[in-house]
Amino acid sequence: MIKSVMKPESLIALALMGFSAYLMWHATVLPIGWDGARGPGGGAFPFWLSMIMFVASSGIFLRSVLAGVRPADLTPFFEPGMLGQVLAVVLALGVTILLMPILGAYVAIPLFMLWYLRFFGRNGWTVSLSLTLITPVVLFFFFEVALLILLPKGITEPLFFPLYAMFF
Amino acid sequence: MEKNLTRRSVFGLAAAASLALAVPAQASDWQPNRPVEMVIMAGQGGGADRLARLFQSIIQQERLARMPFMPVNKGGGSGAEGLRYLKDNHGNPTIIMATLNSYFTTPIQTDLGVDIEEFTPLARMAVDTFALWVNADSGIETLDQYIEAVKAADGAWRMGGTGSGQEDSLVTALLEREFGIRHTYVPMGGGGEVATQLAGGHIDSTVNNPSEAISLWQAGRVRPIALLTPERLESMPGVPTFAELGTPLEYYMQRSFVAPGGLTEEQQTYYIDLLRALSETEVWRNYAAEQALMTDFIYGDELQAYFLSEREMHRELLASIE
Amino acid sequence: MEILSLLGQGFATSLMPLNIGIVIVGVTLGLFIGAMPGLGSVNGVAIVLPLTFIVPPASAIIFLAALYYGAMYGGAISSILLGIPGSSTAVATTFDGRPMAQQGKAGLALIAAAGASFVGGTISVILFTLFAAPLADLALKFGPAENFALVLLAFTTFVGLGGDDTLKTIVMICLGLVLSTVGLDLITGQPRMVFFDMPGFYAGISFLVLAIGVYGIGEVLWTLEKSRVAPTVTTAKVTYSELRSAFRTLARTWKTMSVGSVLGFFVGMLPAAGATPASLMAYGIAKSTSKDPDSFGKGNIEGVVAPETANNAASTGSLLPMLSLGIPGSPTTALLLGGMVMWGLTPGPMLFAEQADFVWGLISSLYTANLAAVLINLALIPLFVWALKTPFSVLCTVVLVLCIVGGFAPDQRMHDVWLIFVFGIVGYLLRKADYPMAPLVLALVLGPVMEQSFRQALIAAQGDVTTFVTRPLSGTFVALAAVFFLLPLLSKLRKARQVTAS
Repeated sequence: MIKSVMKPESLIALALMGFSAYLMWHATVLPIGWDGARGPGGGAFPFWLSMIMFVASSGIFLRSVLAGVRPADLTPFFEPGMLGQVLAVVLALGVTILLMPILGAYVAIPLFMLWYLRFFGRNGWTVSLSLTLITPVVLFFFFEVALLILLPKGITEPLFFPLYAMFF
Repeated sequence: MEKNLTRRSVFGLAAAASLALAVPAQASDWQPNRPVEMVIMAGQGGGADRLARLFQSIIQQERLARMPFMPVNKGGGSGAEGLRYLKDNHGNPTIIMATLNSYFTTPIQTDLGVDIEEFTPLARMAVDTFALWVNADSGIETLDQYIEAVKAADGAWRMGGTGSGQEDSLVTALLEREFGIRHTYVPMGGGGEVATQLAGGHIDSTVNNPSEAISLWQAGRVRPIALLTPERLESMPGVPTFAELGTPLEYYMQRSFVAPGGLTEEQQTYYIDLLRALSETEVWRNYAAEQALMTDFIYGDELQAYFLSEREMHRELLASIE
Repeated sequence: MEILSLLGQGFATSLMPLNIGIVIVGVTLGLFIGAMPGLGSVNGVAIVLPLTFIVPPASAIIFLAALYYGAMYGGAISSILLGIPGSSTAVATTFDGRPMAQQGKAGLALIAAAGASFVGGTISVILFTLFAAPLADLALKFGPAENFALVLLAFTTFVGLGGDDTLKTIVMICLGLVLSTVGLDLITGQPRMVFFDMPGFYAGISFLVLAIGVYGIGEVLWTLEKSRVAPTVTTAKVTYSELRSAFRTLARTWKTMSVGSVLGFFVGMLPAAGATPASLMAYGIAKSTSKDPDSFGKGNIEGVVAPETANNAASTGSLLPMLSLGIPGSPTTALLLGGMVMWGLTPGPMLFAEQADFVWGLISSLYTANLAAVLINLALIPLFVWALKTPFSVLCTVVLVLCIVGGFAPDQRMHDVWLIFVFGIVGYLLRKADYPMAPLVLALVLGPVMEQSFRQALIAAQGDVTTFVTRPLSGTFVALAAVFFLLPLLSKLRKARQVTAS
């Protein structure tokens, strides 16, 4: 029994149950009832839908627990040895997003690319460096010059003043 | 040696003098050194958005500024998003915001920690007007007939408008207070949608801006009953004002620009001068006349005083509804 | 006859050398904007609109039409190649386009998408030319009750989409609908579901953020994990003979294309609906009327053709209420509407009478732009397919960077980028546990219209629920929705009976 609760299937269903309960709690800020002349209140839609979600995910949980541990459940949830790779990319991506408003997109994104291409993807230096250097230039001309969409610059903003003066 | 020194000090003095002369000249000539973000307190495609994008294109076309102005929509939560953004960018001189009346109402209704008094007022470009409209097939032509019809419907008269707590609902509340009538207020997405729903007969009346419904009027689908302005409008021939009909009701939608707090006077002056130049262009004049906009240009402290009195007015109005 | 001569004049204008050049530039730019996840025709039009005050209005309209069509074609490109829908109108294209690309048939999928877009665009422009004026009134017939019923219909055409596990499909639909309520409640004017009181949630959760997260980042993580077991090498090339056979395959889908075009045009005309529900409904209908519904979602070419004809037809259809009533049906048409006002044209019922040369000039540039878009698109397909051959790690890097930047670009909020990140990880995990993603994304797209129109209709009817079935149009849609809901269940039952019988 304990084992079948610890199955990924059960754990994910449990997490979804928790999340739907949280959503229900959030929805109660606005009235969730039905006002005769005006229809449902502002919280009704999110509340009752979260309720259905709660019921459905409970169903998945119960089904998974009652089924017990089957041979199919014994294959690992993540491909053996690949979880580290996935985690590395997730972490690198998180750091990149964190750095974007601080160091600017034009530093954070090339750093990420260099790491991914050269050290994670094991591409040659030529490929890695040329892509890392070309991408920011393409981004600048496509987004900022052509579409007038400014990407975050953070502390590197002053470096862009001459570029703005040149291209706008 | 002495000569040398003198010469150098003379040179230095001259340089200092020229610097001293140059600095103030440059400072009053403050210019943004990066593209200016023009935050719009509303979503894409609405009246405020269209106006802001018109301003952007006039600035570009007439070369009023060296740096481009880039419209960015931050309309979430009736403009709450834009207001918070402006507050978080205190002292940033390359952001300006195009406002509408939610500039007053949103901070009153939602606790945002934003005090509009802290922002830098720039200039008011225009005020948009309101009118009462009905479907052309309703047979209603005068205000008296309208009030009679609403009373006869006993609260089931469907008045369409923008979201609750926004301008249209306030105008509706004004009408109800003034004439002792009751509507069923149906909130909808934007002014264009509201006008269409009226033309299709899915609602019974609206308080659209003239610009939103004029073309449907010309096509004979909707009919204006009265204007919420002190005087008649040239673009709305033959339509009386509420004041003429004995009830001086007025309400406007203001279209102004503000900047984050903490700007220097030079920076504020730069934008005010730019907006004044903008307000004098022919494109803008023509557009304003066609769209029944009133274009008294007020700026700086006078604008701030206007904002504060409007805020009080809206506070009372909102309190009287609840 | 008068229409023909006006159209002829329009063609004469749009075929001038300068204007042909403009069409080519516009279509190419539009293609790239549309292919970029996060950006769509609305961004292209917003940027180009101010420029159009500098060039003569006739050229300006042609440029905008070219850009509009280019972006519509472009949306399919990232859906097929990367599995990330470039815009909400291209979600349905990923369902079968992506599997096709994974099976090495990216070229065929791209050709099918381009050909289908062309057919959809052409049929709808013809419908537009013939029936513009009388059809405008149809859009006015749609009140809140009708809008709700229509969205309901769009939803039910998708019942079969979720996969085999009904409970998981229900969870995902509900999650999508609840996420769609985040932000401000329009009816009461109150904020709701603002998690952790973060101001970013006031604006709600945009469809693009969810789609880029789930399909972009989620997909990369998924492929990365599987890369040791089954390296995804897509060997696809396009040869002349393949092109010919692709067109022959495409021609066999004429039924799907005609249904998609007509449906797309009519649904696109309705201001509350537009191209997204149109493409979804076309996909749903193609699937439920197909002889082999199970092959949908696994790389069936009809699954690419149906949504692509419909969304292109719908984009043309949405121009109709804008021109004839002055009602914008989408953010893009709202911008165009603003542009027309600035050109000194008043959109509305009088436009067709007073500015006939403008209207027919626009329509003829739609024909030209559509033709140019399909030609340019076909010419670029080898390039796109070639791009798929890049090493896996390079492709992953580029996709991840595109996700971050494309997620930031539309509203310029770091908040959205973080949401993409979170949705990517959660979507990846849920997908591993066999939760279907399509219902989640669709629910988020359709949720706001569904809730708002439901509540508006009830308020207008003083809380009377029967309003949805007593109004003729809305009643018809509800009945159709019931049929579509029951159809897959019936066929399942029939199948089950067959199995027991044998």
